[in-house]
Amino acid sequence: MKHNLILRVIAKFLIPIIVLFALYVQFHGDYSPGGGFQAGVIFSAAFILYAIVFGLDTAERVVPPRVLQILASIGVLIYAGTGFVTLFLGGNFLDYNVLAEQPVAGQHLGILIIELGVGITVSSVMLLIFFTFAGRNRP
Amino acid sequence: MIEQQLSLLLVAVPLLAAPVASILPNGRLPWLLALVVSWLCLAMAIWQFIIVLDGHIISYELGGWSPPWGIEYRIDAVNAFVALIVAGIAAVTMPYALRSVEQEIPKKQSSLFYATLLLFLVGLLGIAQTGDVFNLFVFLEISSLSSYVLIGMGRQRRALTAAYQYLIMGTIGATFLLIGIGLLYAETGSLNMVDLHARLENALDNRTVHTAFAFIVIGIGLKLAMFPLHQWLPNAYTYAPSVVTVFLAATATKVAVYVMLRMMFTVFSFSGFVRGTPADEMFLILGTAGIIAASIYAIYQRDAKRLLAFSSVAQVGYMVLGIGFGTALGLTATVVHIFNHALMKGALFMALGAIVYRIGSSQIDKFDGLGRQMPWTFGAIFIGGLSLIGIPGTAGFISKWYLVLAALEQQSWFITATILLGSLLAVVYVWKLVEVLFFRETSKNSKIKEAPLSLLIPMWLLVLANIYFGIDTRLTINAAKAAVQLLGVAP
Repeated sequence: MKHNLILRVIAKFLIPIIVLFALYVQFHGDYSPGGGFQAGVIFSAAFILYAIVFGLDTAERVVPPRVLQILASIGVLIYAGTGFVTLFLGGNFLDYNVLAEQPVAGQHLGILIIELGVGITVSSVMLLIFFTFAGRNRP
Repeated sequence: MIEQQLSLLLVAVPLLAAPVASILPNGRLPWLLALVVSWLCLAMAIWQFIIVLDGHIISYELGGWSPPWGIEYRIDAVNAFVALIVAGIAAVTMPYALRSVEQEIPKKQSSLFYATLLLFLVGLLGIAQTGDVFNLFVFLEISSLSSYVLIGMGRQRRALTAAYQYLIMGTIGATFLLIGIGLLYAETGSLNMVDLHARLENALDNRTVHTAFAFIVIGIGLKLAMFPLHQWLPNAYTYAPSVVTVFLAATATKVAVYVMLRMMFTVFSFSGFVRGTPADEMFLILGTAGIIAASIYAIYQRDAKRLLAFSSVAQVGYMVLGIGFGTALGLTATVVHIFNHALMKGALFMALGAIVYRIGSSQIDKFDGLGRQMPWTFGAIFIGGLSLIGIPGTAGFISKWYLVLAALEQQSWFITATILLGSLLAVVYVWKLVEVLFFRETSKNSKIKEAPLSLLIPMWLLVLANIYFGIDTRLTINAAKAAVQLLGVAP
């Protein structure tokens, strides 16, 4: 795969677009269909494409599995942490109304933050699963 | 502030701790976190239990959305009792986990192991707390998925097939439950348990509701290992790491029994609906069949963990019988047995875990004379066994007593005889362990020490609880009576 010029050029061209689209889906989640889960999968697809074209070792240098594991936990922590922040602000668990002065703005903000957590966790877990299976036959 | 948020914190604190545990360095730190969290949970569960015991009902609106639109945590004496059992067993198991896990789980997996264990705890506590059937399904999946992983971490490779078998059966069960919930939602447009109950009252003749009921009963039946849907259980208990077996045996099926109770009594109504379906007779038939068949299977097992696993299937039979009667006495027996069985199986599996810790095997023919080398562990097995049989003075007696009373009240002599026969069969399989452990000759050059204190203390805590709750039944019986009243069965 390493000498396949066309694939390498096209992949390098496509990967930024895929990442950009993932970020669009991520941050437009409160207005339109989409959100953290879909964005996370699209985001990880970019990295998986990179790993397929440029090799597993190169991809693992870009995002080491240990970092992915930490990111996966941080995503969950962002979600649950938002819940605890709302608790401390005097609301119920995950009651986004208290996050901003206006309840509607609070709802937007809350959804954006927790979807960010979901996105981070989903993309890193997808990559972890990919690396685990792809790396099985490595010496 | 904490008091209002109590019912939520009980679930959210371990949920927050699980990802933290997974990024901690391997070693004792994740264990310490799990230990602290489980004790916190126990404290919160006790607090919550005290609040609701006088008939007070806590309603917590997640995200500020009021029920029936939002998810509601609705805590009454039934939930609080189950949450107390789960949190209590977790709090006793965690100190036990340290040495046992250090030996059975590779060190590089220890932080992930404790993270998964915490997730399992989250799932079980969540099931107990929630008042929303879909939320219940989600928590059931959280606990099930993490238990598949935990079982697969067993030291023998067969743990993987056991986990896979459980994965398939458990997923079928969860899917059935989901189909049932989906049908209920299609029929009523609600997922809140209390709201569902009110809306279902006018729709009980509907075919959709009957189909939903059938799916739900079978789905939960798989999860609670109701005979003959128990095939996944013996392997899962046998090959899982010792700590996981203790935790799984003492909580997972109990929580599933609770879900069954909730569905039968809170969502559907027992006297208004379940009596009209074949379900109540089915519970009685499968309960009796399960007690006899599983006890006989247990007698023929060569692996001690497997023996106790089959005994668990038989004990689930007793709980199912209580549901089948549907009377106040029957339900009291079921709720009390949920508690007592958690105590006795917890103690017994902890004792076996201690033996596995010392000799590395749970095969009965390797136990020759071990009881004299490990007297405290043997004592735990002996008293736990007595409780399993139902000797007066132990916790097991109390639940059997209420169950026999319930059977006599219905004048069903056959079931009364079955319960007594089940106890006799339990004598046989408990004696099988006692005989090998105590009366066989020790092989000559074996020098096996007593288990370390960190295993013995939690084990004996449960053993003493077995005796205590066999004599002072105020806590269990009062809780069960409050529960029965809430489930809407006239005493």
